[in-house]
Amino acid sequence: MRPGRAKKLWNWLAVYAFLYMVFLYAPVILLPLFAFNESTIIAFPLSGFTTEWFTVLVNNDALAQSVENSLFVAITTALVSTLLGACAARAAARYRFPGQKGVIGFIMLPLVLPEIIVAVALLVVLMQLGFSLSLWTVIAGHILICMPYSIAILSSAFQGLDRNLEEASFDLGETNWGTFKRVIFPLVLPGVISSLLITFTISLDEFIIAFFLTGTDATLPVYIWSQLRFPSKLPSIMALGTILLVLSIILLILAEWFRQRSAKRQGVEVAAGGFI
Amino acid sequence: MSEKPIIELRDVVKTFGTVKALNGINANIREGEFFSLLGPSGCGKTTLLRMIAGFEDPSGGEILIDGKSMRGIPANRRPTNMVFQSYAIFPHLSVAENVAYGLKRKKLPKTEVTDEVNKALSMVDLSGYGGRAAHELSGGQRQRVALARALVMRPKVVLLDEPLSALDKKLREQMQVELRQLQQSIGITFILVTHDQEEALIMSDRIAVMFEGNIAQIDSPEGLYRHPVSKRVASFIGVMNFLDARATGQNDAGVSLDIPALGKVTVPASHVPDGLDANSVESVGVRPEMLTILFDERDTAEAVAKGVVTSTSYYGDMTYYSVALNGMKAPVTLSMRNTAGRSVLPAGSEVRVGWGAESIVLFE
Repeated sequence: MRPGRAKKLWNWLAVYAFLYMVFLYAPVILLPLFAFNESTIIAFPLSGFTTEWFTVLVNNDALAQSVENSLFVAITTALVSTLLGACAARAAARYRFPGQKGVIGFIMLPLVLPEIIVAVALLVVLMQLGFSLSLWTVIAGHILICMPYSIAILSSAFQGLDRNLEEASFDLGETNWGTFKRVIFPLVLPGVISSLLITFTISLDEFIIAFFLTGTDATLPVYIWSQLRFPSKLPSIMALGTILLVLSIILLILAEWFRQRSAKRQGVEVAAGGFI
Repeated sequence: MSEKPIIELRDVVKTFGTVKALNGINANIREGEFFSLLGPSGCGKTTLLRMIAGFEDPSGGEILIDGKSMRGIPANRRPTNMVFQSYAIFPHLSVAENVAYGLKRKKLPKTEVTDEVNKALSMVDLSGYGGRAAHELSGGQRQRVALARALVMRPKVVLLDEPLSALDKKLREQMQVELRQLQQSIGITFILVTHDQEEALIMSDRIAVMFEGNIAQIDSPEGLYRHPVSKRVASFIGVMNFLDARATGQNDAGVSLDIPALGKVTVPASHVPDGLDANSVESVGVRPEMLTILFDERDTAEAVAKGVVTSTSYYGDMTYYSVALNGMKAPVTLSMRNTAGRSVLPAGSEVRVGWGAESIVLFE
């Protein structure tokens, strides 16, 4: 290829990349833009700066309740799926058992299953079994879809763990529990924290499963959806979205920071292809 | 070093599924000696070491440490400490914390722990490195930390699983000498697993040569080198020339042999293995350095054979010659120390090769 042509292609690639970024992030930028806009109508031109919508948010009891519900669901989901994920990741990294690949494959499957299928299936099963819908059924659904993420993150933490380290600890007189406490746990801790943060974030903004499986207690995304029917509530939803956006970004950055620190501690080159 | 066995291996068997890794190992390891398990990979030497450490259970037989059976006693309650091939330095702890790791369970006062750690670090020449993080250490330093971490526990036996194999040649040779000196100065029994025969020869008081789950021979380095019990051991330890031979007689004086490549000889009785049946001798061995090229016409030897140089390898301090003796096709290897006034003989040179009856090793 002649240099002139290569340069031309390069320019087109730059334009493409720019358009792609605009497409990806422009809608997200609209969120904080309208959250601080005075008018109740979501349209340009902007009419003036206000923080009124944030005040409205704070004084909304139904919203507060849904935030509380979501936090409860997300924290429980994060704890349970990380605990279960740690057990699965440890087993996958340390032991060889018949049907291992199949088992791990099935656990990872929800990653690619359409969420609405999972949601409907869960709803049918839960109804058949006679469970009444509550936040607990939402938690069960969220654990199902969070497990693959938690296992993926924790697998890399456990696989990086040199088996000789455990043997060395044992050899130096330590017990199994002591070895876990003094060697294994500190070394996988960054991975655990990373898993907690990711699964918390996933659960917090998950809508479909929550919508199907929640009873009368709405989670935050379900509440937001229900409010979209009222145009006057739109700006405060924008304000809420802005807060969630900032929180999500902070959580993801934290999670990635912990993941990289974990890799570094174990002396592994920090591989590309993390979450950020 | 005493004759008292610190470790007794009695008919130790290990099977993995249907594969037999060890078929009945019997050996006594003496208190204070540097003992090596030497063999090619897959011979079971590491499995044996891990069973002494308590990481694997024997499928049969018994291991005694200091007279006590180790059956059912896990690794964390055995008086042994291991230096791993990968060193297994705890990456989240500093050098001092690594060394102090095992002391924590002993519930010593803090000042005593610090003292012990400093003592162990100075033993391995790492004084002042206590505050370093594990990932700041070089390979040689990690190896020393692993050693200090084991020594600080005051074990009855230190187990070393190919501890030097990850180091480059120069550092490895230096560590071989240092490790040997350290072992002699503290007097703790060391058991080394290695596939490097030179390393085993340099460091050990005694060596067990292992093949396919069996011990072929246990002897001092010199005993192994000079009197290997089988051709296999002989060719594993150093270089050995094997020559066809036929016994022509056996009496109190020794065994008379006809060796086509060298000539006729009587090997004195002191060099004949006990209970050897001379009629079963088919070949003999002779080490490269036991054959000498007689450069000067006036040089003499106990016996002399004639030959032609077929090729040479120059090592700086030594030259290895391949010499076809007495019209034999297969050449023998012999090594000569290079001296100031002598250059390497070219291929095709006719040479006289001196040898002696005592250098001949008999095999059944």
